[in-house]
Amino acid sequence: MDTAALDLLVERICAAAADGAPLCIRGGGTKDFYGEAPQGEPLSTAELTGITSYEPTELVVTVRAGTPLAELEQALAEKGQCLPFEPPRFDHPADPGVFGGTVGGMVASGLAGPSRASVGSVRDYVLGAQIVNGRGEVLNFGGTVMKNVAGYDVSRVLAGSLGTLGLITEVSLKVLPVAPAEATLTFACSQADALRLLNGWGGQPLPLNASRWSEGGGGTLWLRLRGAVAAVDAACDHLGGERVDDALAQADWMACRDQRLPWFASADASQGLWRVSVPQTAPVLSLDGAPLVEWHGGQRWYVAPADAAGRIRVAASAAGGHATLVRTTTPTPGVARFDALSPPLMAIHRALKREFDPAGIFNRGRLYRDL
Amino acid sequence: MNAPLTTPEQHLLSHSERQSQVVRALQAVLPPHALIWNAEDTTPYECDGLTAYRARPLAVALPETEAQIAGVLKACHALDVPVVARGAGTGLSGGAMPHAMGVTLSLAKFNRILGVDPVARTATVQCGVRNLAISEAAAPYGLYYAPDPSSQIACTIGGNVAENSGGVHCLKYGLTLHNVLRVRGFTMEGEPIAFGSEALDGAGLDLLPLVVGSEGMLAVTVEVTVKLVPKPQLARCIMASFDDIQKAGDAVAAVIANGIIPAGLEMMDKPMTAAVEDYVRAGYDLTAAAILLCESDGTPEEVEEEIGRMTAVLRAAGATAIAVSNNEDERLKFWSGRKNAFPASGRISPDYMCLDSTIPRKRLADILLAIQQMEIKYNLRCCNVFHAGDGNLHPLILFDANDPDELHRCELFGADILETSVAMGGTVSGEHGVGVEKLNSMCVQFTAQENEQMMGVKRAFDPAGLLNPGKVIPSLVRCAEYGKQVFRAGQTLPHADLPRF
Repeated sequence: MDTAALDLLVERICAAAADGAPLCIRGGGTKDFYGEAPQGEPLSTAELTGITSYEPTELVVTVRAGTPLAELEQALAEKGQCLPFEPPRFDHPADPGVFGGTVGGMVASGLAGPSRASVGSVRDYVLGAQIVNGRGEVLNFGGTVMKNVAGYDVSRVLAGSLGTLGLITEVSLKVLPVAPAEATLTFACSQADALRLLNGWGGQPLPLNASRWSEGGGGTLWLRLRGAVAAVDAACDHLGGERVDDALAQADWMACRDQRLPWFASADASQGLWRVSVPQTAPVLSLDGAPLVEWHGGQRWYVAPADAAGRIRVAASAAGGHATLVRTTTPTPGVARFDALSPPLMAIHRALKREFDPAGIFNRGRLYRDL
Repeated sequence: MNAPLTTPEQHLLSHSERQSQVVRALQAVLPPHALIWNAEDTTPYECDGLTAYRARPLAVALPETEAQIAGVLKACHALDVPVVARGAGTGLSGGAMPHAMGVTLSLAKFNRILGVDPVARTATVQCGVRNLAISEAAAPYGLYYAPDPSSQIACTIGGNVAENSGGVHCLKYGLTLHNVLRVRGFTMEGEPIAFGSEALDGAGLDLLPLVVGSEGMLAVTVEVTVKLVPKPQLARCIMASFDDIQKAGDAVAAVIANGIIPAGLEMMDKPMTAAVEDYVRAGYDLTAAAILLCESDGTPEEVEEEIGRMTAVLRAAGATAIAVSNNEDERLKFWSGRKNAFPASGRISPDYMCLDSTIPRKRLADILLAIQQMEIKYNLRCCNVFHAGDGNLHPLILFDANDPDELHRCELFGADILETSVAMGGTVSGEHGVGVEKLNSMCVQFTAQENEQMMGVKRAFDPAGLLNPGKVIPSLVRCAEYGKQVFRAGQTLPHADLPRF
């Protein structure tokens, strides 16, 4: 690694901590829309780039935080491997149409794509991380091996932490071989039928990998299978439905992954985009509008204004889940992006923040406005 | 021994007074039969599966209701008394070893399966439910709980959460963390708290990875919701012999390199094979330098395809003999030796110490050769079994505990293996936890600042520092005394030249 780049970041962090001046950690700058409003001087990971080590037979890659996600995925693809959780990719701020996200941003946001319910989350694939904490200390947690219970698993908590605990400088990720076979089937059905089918299939040894349902044409369920050739073939015979041309299906799954399906575009610009995360068995939610249902029922997208927060959060919570206001074009002073936490959990959040970042400089207010 | 424990001498006078005070406070929240403190009653609790380290607690609380758990915690918090939660006591690193001035909180009575939901594919169970009992309860629905530590017949899910337990199927099915949705319990203050949910994610930081594997230091687990997965229709196992350890290690890498994720991939060295063959008579190849067991599971079509690919890879990697199980009896016979590695070692030696570390897979042969050198250096024998698929080693050092010098040499041998594992890019514990056993080794794996940051995590959950204190994270003093504190470049003046990740 360019030693000077890390040294410089540490110096800036120490100076900011001394002044109590907030820093806004920035990779590709593609997810400014996500979480509460960014605050503070940008702290860029742009100089922390490159794959430190990649050994396909170890199923592990170690990569610096500022490395473009596209570069990492390309390197994995060359060896027939992948990030199975399909992190979403968003436009480069200065270059629309080009993906601009970084590996650090992928981990910090903790966002995963269509396959998440079947293969696990970003957190599940984090094996280790190097961070700089709010005291300017360079710390390593976890490692590069699959089984590791030495000490607390600090590296995995970074997934979805929105940079609030420290500057992620390098991560080690578990990677997997690309499945030998893939097929997409469609079924014409209502949302309730789709949920029933998905939960039924989930209890059977089938190579399920991703699903999505939306209302168009009376309702359509898309189901993606991935696995051994024989397993996918047998599942296609067993499940019925209509086989979709692979190239078309792949383009649609990519669009789903990157939140570019026509469904997302249909969101009225003045409206907000909500992500409702509930148990897969939660019934059809009594909310206005037709959702896009993913993750075998576990993730349900709704288009609704920010001020629908009350209704949406009550419905999500009643179903055993939570709701996130992912995008909004209008300022939302009265609406938090994430659900409020119970008092004992919030107390732990505050204490963790103090322990990692005593001066409160990293991504202040990004996860919760008062954190 | 565990440095943070108070020495008996120091507290000789106050011990009985302190005990009376604590017992009185606990009597107010527990029925008489749920509290024991006489030495003869508490002695069975003085250690867990790591019997070399012992301490007798002031009292053992055996609550029967959650209100009683909260009561015990509140009482102990008010009196500043350490609390050590305990499940089945099968842990191998002393994580449940009592605190001599503390209370052991036995959760053995929380042993009910609260519900199995075949549609949601989840089970909600109390912390004291045995690992295997979950799979048994799920079996009528064609489902099971995937993590299968070898003690699964006895170990509890609460203990599995504490240790982030693994097993032989981790590479394909993940660790405890990957199979737990929600952990409900109490903070040290006796406040109810829940981590995770039945949804796939939650608001705020994902604290489950901290709680799972925290060895009972962050919260007390009383209820766990786990994922259940469909039971594979079929499993078949390949047994492959190699005449050279390096070839066997390379074969493991070759399997993975060919895009195969086996359900299980285990390795035994020649001494281990001899010990288990003598015990189970499974027909293992006694001439082989190493034996690999490589398992495939799934639908019959899937298994057929995968066994074909695995066989081809193992042959190309130089296997001298290959056998594939043709039925369940044969498969279990292949596994019988691997599953009985510990008792088989017990037969050929008065005592054995079971190690647990992880290295990158590619270093399998290197560590085996290093261990062979250590056998000469410490003049002790060592048999080796590996979860080769994920690089997790379990060397079994054979010794006689009645010979103090052998015990001492064995401890040095063990520490040498752990530190060599770290030097090879691995970790001092793959699945057994740190407990008290590996506190010294933590000084070698983590810098003082890293250990201090982990202490900060503990403070965030348990500000009073009363939950299982003195485990997992070594104090600065301890590392200084051990004399092997790792210093990475960049601690005072940051460098990027960090030797190990």
